[in-house]
Amino acid sequence: MTLSAPPAPGVFEGGSNVIAVLVLLVEFGMFRQALLRDQLRLYAAQSALISVLAVVVAAARSLPELYALAALSAALKVVIVPLVVRRLLRRGDVEIAGSGALGMATTVLVAIVVAAFGFFTMGTLGLRSPVLPTTALALSMSVVLVSFVLMIVRRDVASQAIGFFSLENGVSLASLVVAAGMPLILEVAFLFDLLVAVVVFGVLMRVHHVRAESLSTTGLTSLRG
Amino acid sequence: MSAVVVFLLAAPLLAALVALRAPVRVCQVLTVTVGVLAFAGVLYLVPGAAQHATTVWRYLRVDAISVVFLLATSFLYAVVGAYSIGYLRAEEGNEDFGRYARRFYVGVNLFAWSMLAAPLMSSLALLWIAVEVTTVISALLVAIEDTDGAVEAAWKYVLIASAGLGIALLATIFAYYAGAQLLGQSYDLTFASLTAAGSRLPHTAVQLAFVLAVVGYGTKVGLFPVHTWLPDAHAEAPTPVSALLSGSLLAVSFYAILRFYQVAVAALGPRFPQAVLLVFGVASLLLAAVYLLEQHDIKRLLAYSSVEHMGILAIGVSFGAPLAFAGVLLHVLAHAAAKGNAFMGAGVLVRKYGTKSIARIGGGLSALPWSGPLFLLAVLALCAMPPFGIFRSEFQIVAGGLGSSRHTGTAILVVLVTLAFLGLSASANRMLFTPSTPAAPDPSAASGASGASGAAGAVGAAVVRGEPSVWMVVPMVVGVAALVLLGVHPPGPLADLLTRGVAELRGVG
Repeated sequence: MTLSAPPAPGVFEGGSNVIAVLVLLVEFGMFRQALLRDQLRLYAAQSALISVLAVVVAAARSLPELYALAALSAALKVVIVPLVVRRLLRRGDVEIAGSGALGMATTVLVAIVVAAFGFFTMGTLGLRSPVLPTTALALSMSVVLVSFVLMIVRRDVASQAIGFFSLENGVSLASLVVAAGMPLILEVAFLFDLLVAVVVFGVLMRVHHVRAESLSTTGLTSLRG
Repeated sequence: MSAVVVFLLAAPLLAALVALRAPVRVCQVLTVTVGVLAFAGVLYLVPGAAQHATTVWRYLRVDAISVVFLLATSFLYAVVGAYSIGYLRAEEGNEDFGRYARRFYVGVNLFAWSMLAAPLMSSLALLWIAVEVTTVISALLVAIEDTDGAVEAAWKYVLIASAGLGIALLATIFAYYAGAQLLGQSYDLTFASLTAAGSRLPHTAVQLAFVLAVVGYGTKVGLFPVHTWLPDAHAEAPTPVSALLSGSLLAVSFYAILRFYQVAVAALGPRFPQAVLLVFGVASLLLAAVYLLEQHDIKRLLAYSSVEHMGILAIGVSFGAPLAFAGVLLHVLAHAAAKGNAFMGAGVLVRKYGTKSIARIGGGLSALPWSGPLFLLAVLALCAMPPFGIFRSEFQIVAGGLGSSRHTGTAILVVLVTLAFLGLSASANRMLFTPSTPAAPDPSAASGASGASGAAGAVGAAVVRGEPSVWMVVPMVVGVAALVLLGVHPPGPLADLLTRGVAELRGVG
């Protein structure tokens, strides 16, 4: 019996996997941002990566609807969402540094464990897609799980909200892999829904900011039992 | 039929738009009118839905299960509309009352609109969108009082529920993937196409989708361990909103789980989905029963009672018996009426005593000649006492469980429901029967009972006998009448509707 190495991935597979890995790395970057403005920039960068991946898929798999989706999601998530949040909070230089409940090293270690768990679990399920390599799906699960870690360890409303938005980015990545053919009207409805959610998150962040004079959530402990 | 569906989708939205500009009186009349008309419209849908499912314009669909949830929502919409008139009366003196009332009515009408829209959607994707809309609108309503507690509760709610719905979106994507293996890469993700594909769907993907859906939508249903937002949001929201949250929003989210359940049963058979629901149901019921025993806040008490009843629904579905399914669907209706009533009664008590603390409310039965007894009846109904609707529905669930030899599950259900009964009735007893003890007014009472500044002055002094408003009593009388009707003799068309709903849940409809 001869051991044969699996065939090397082609340019398309390799390229799309690289983009998916970058999405995950950006998610890790969100653990250490100290200013609201920078956190929003990272989110915009992550969203832009997803849009690029959608364009790549659209070109390689000749799914013209994905061009429209990529354009719409880029317009919304790269431009409008950061703009809305910044407008609602007025100041982009709000300090959110040091809001981690754990030290940075511990946080990253936890996130790596969680990401590996998502990656390998998804790999064993054997979901195959004709559009993208399964690696991208496994990576999307890592992004979703790491975004939960972000929402849990960061104690400021901005990081928690952006954790949710990036959770949605992870789901978008997954949907590019396993549901690329989803009708455009549904995708548009999802994006519109995200916009409504962003506005509400923004309004509540603003209310919190005005009331607590900071973005920290450490004071939100009065309701128990 | 399509005219009624259009009305249900358009009228609350229009009412919300009008409320943006109109004076408060107009908003009040409009909300009650639209609520009553919506309920009448849903009643009109009942006979048709008891016969067959109807798809309207490809994206909307009416069947027996969806009409059951529409009935619950539209009923609460109508009674809460009337109740709000009395509830807001105490705030009328405040200087920014006009602004508050306008926001309140815009929010309530939009909230009702989103909850009426969700059960009308024909596909899992649109259903997810509607449920997400219910989340963001209700989060704003939770924050509307603008107190520290309200802002904290709203933030917890919107973050936890949205994260949960993120998981539910993953579930939707995997359901799409499962269907795409058979129906082609581009299709509409309708319930009908997925259930028709049945056991040919790939099993792993459907299992994954179902578990993610139970965790994701379960966050909004209030299933353990993702219920943590629920007591905060219910306690801090204005009471009419609490009634809508508890009686209707939780049920609408449960409706989404039922849709995934239908798909999962068609693809995998009943064993796997029922086991999942049993685990979550028992855990929720256990948690709620324990928390009900030691609760100090009247609205949190009722919130944990909601967790309890959602657990009962999940366990009822997990039994898989036709009788239990009928009980589950009836339970949705009866719980909406009973929990709506209980919250409305609690709202009167909170207004009267100016506090939410159970220990500081006493002698409610003598101070409130109407609301006191009505609140007592609502609590008894929640504890599944005859002759109310919940007695009938829980009886059916238990009988269904025993009939399908789920003895362990049924025994656990009965024990935990009894424990919950103990906690709920002990607290109600303390508030209604023990004589009011004049205590020194404590500073937390003022922040606890936001907006009830007029009533807060009465704390410590003897409480004057009398009702705050007749508008707060009439809706509760209607609720008790509905509960008795459901318990003693459900009308024929409703029985047909439930029978049809059971057939749909069993996958033979």
